[in-house]
Amino acid sequence: MATFALNDDSVVVVVGSGAGGGTLATDLALKGIKVVCLEAGKRYEAEDFINDEWESFAQLAWTDQRMTSGSWRVARDFAQLPAWIVKAVGGSTTHWAGASLRFQEHEFKARTTYGNVAGANLIDWPLTLADLAPYYDRAEDRMGVTRTHGIPGLPGSNNFKVFEAGAKKIGYKDVHTGRMAINSQPRQGRGACQQIGFCFQGCKSGAKWSTLNAELPRGEATGKLEVRPQSHVFKIEHDQKGKVTGVLYYDKDGKEQRQKARAVAVAGNSIESPRLLLNSHSAMFPNGLANSSGQVGRNYMRHMTGSVYAVFDKPVKMWRGTTMAGIIQDEAHHDTKRGFVAGYELETLSLGLPFMAAFLDPGAWGREFTTALDSYENMAGMWIVGEDMPQEKNRITLHASAKDKYGIPVANVHFDDHPNDIAMRAHAYRQGSAIYEAAGATRSFPTTPYPSTHNLGTNRMSDKARDGVVNKYGQTHDIKNLFVSDGSQFTTGAAENPTLTIVALAIRQAEYIADQMAKNVI
Amino acid sequence: MDTTNQEEHRPDDLGRRHFLLSASAIAAMAVSGNALIHTSEAWGLEATGLKPETMRTLVKMARDIFPHDKIADKFYALAVKTYDEKAAKDAKLKSLIESGVAELDGFAREKYKTVYAGVGWERDRVNLLRRIQTGGLFKKLRGDLVVSLYNQKEVWPAFGYEGESASKGGYVNRGFSDITWL
Repeated sequence: MATFALNDDSVVVVVGSGAGGGTLATDLALKGIKVVCLEAGKRYEAEDFINDEWESFAQLAWTDQRMTSGSWRVARDFAQLPAWIVKAVGGSTTHWAGASLRFQEHEFKARTTYGNVAGANLIDWPLTLADLAPYYDRAEDRMGVTRTHGIPGLPGSNNFKVFEAGAKKIGYKDVHTGRMAINSQPRQGRGACQQIGFCFQGCKSGAKWSTLNAELPRGEATGKLEVRPQSHVFKIEHDQKGKVTGVLYYDKDGKEQRQKARAVAVAGNSIESPRLLLNSHSAMFPNGLANSSGQVGRNYMRHMTGSVYAVFDKPVKMWRGTTMAGIIQDEAHHDTKRGFVAGYELETLSLGLPFMAAFLDPGAWGREFTTALDSYENMAGMWIVGEDMPQEKNRITLHASAKDKYGIPVANVHFDDHPNDIAMRAHAYRQGSAIYEAAGATRSFPTTPYPSTHNLGTNRMSDKARDGVVNKYGQTHDIKNLFVSDGSQFTTGAAENPTLTIVALAIRQAEYIADQMAKNVI
Repeated sequence: MDTTNQEEHRPDDLGRRHFLLSASAIAAMAVSGNALIHTSEAWGLEATGLKPETMRTLVKMARDIFPHDKIADKFYALAVKTYDEKAAKDAKLKSLIESGVAELDGFAREKYKTVYAGVGWERDRVNLLRRIQTGGLFKKLRGDLVVSLYNQKEVWPAFGYEGESASKGGYVNRGFSDITWL
């Protein structure tokens, strides 16, 4: 593995090693560009991962303090844990469930398709499905997405079979075991899924794609990529011309370091990325870097989510096998006859007993709650993921007083559901319950959203500089050699799990950065 | 957990407090000296940081907050045992717990002429808990129990949950798809 000097200003610094940062860092290295990837978390490999929900949470989750506000229930139940994401090499690709869906064509044109939705800050993406299609194709190939590139689907688990039976009974047609970045057969040096469960806790068999097991090692093998764990970037520096020159970070010993850079790509997820840009304010950029539009941190989206669990009179044992084992796509389209714009996906989900106790109905107690858990073995579960409306007031800000252990202001995450989100969730709860009732459920539980796993939109892409933070390549409108490479660049959230799109955008961005460097534009 | 043998404590040693407890039909968890003795489950717990009566109340509260009839008292006791250890070193915690329990017992005496743990019906105890559910003790206890009760590996089999599976090769050949009743 390469190592680069702190004062080497010819390197590209990538902040974060998840879906966006890990892919970008790897692709740049494969193109011969020197990259230092600074990752705040530690490096754990497959053998280090733990099949135990709380132990694994302590190992992998980003638990540094964050604050919350707004009317969302997470602010009450998990006031300092707005998001359930990862602080480790590989970022949240260690934790993700593997669902890899392309956005639909109309979802790139949210403003045009949905019209003027009151209270929503909608714009169209500055790119189309056709623009992204070749990159989706490459992303699916390298991630080994099932049901693409001739890769068979995964077999259906018990949780999927219950879900499928109910779905078919109520007339849904588009039901299958998903397009998953989990090997259904050995591929690219990684084995087939062992149906371990615990996908959220890091895949111990390596069947699930992550930047940790599939991208970064390839990048490192080129000798052009240095992944530096336990390196928490807190400020991006710039020169008098307004070009970025490097980053300041705290190393594993808590010592401040400066890594110089030719360009910087920020991929710290939609909470840390805007936090970093805002904390990088200077005399020249008093409101933070790349923030001439005032949009840095705004339009925070988390998907319209929720879950439906249900109990049956016989065992399901939903924890056996992949955490997310199948999908219903019949509600993913846009059809205002349902009383809302945009659509949602239904995807099976299971939690182990410890997390079920924590998340089924946070704050609940007494027999209504415990009789649900008494039927845990007979329980099936699904997750709802739908497009939520971007709202300017939903935003990441720097908290006025709370600071991290280094004395850097922490992020506050403000979120209120939009009426469209609420209408869509109510519809999805009804449909989810109907599915399970059709399969014979005796009781169902419309379960409140968990701390956010999909964090999106806080440095959004826009055609016009005044509407967003980055252009269609993730390059900031204000600073040519500063990029955003994670889900925070999403203009809108679409109904689909975001990782595939983040990876596709990163592959595309790597080409653009290499091209701009070759032309000496950056 | 301490395994104080109940045989060592003859009735003469137990005094008035024990008499009251027996009289209020909570003999399964008796207080003897500084110990909490569970006669039917044959375990004991020596209280050091908190009063033994307080520990008994916490065990009862734990069950009433998350009642699972198939889970023995022992697991609720294990879930709250750390409070006793922590309270020995943390005066603030000790005061939160002791005063919270005193308040709860006060409400119980007002209505039922006995301490909380002596109230016979769960429904009545739950109504007492509702009176304190916005208070510090209840919120702390409920919040901690979500982990300290349900994260005990020994209780998982009662729910059918199988825990770790990687070392067994996952479920690919062990029933991930064995449902037959659909």
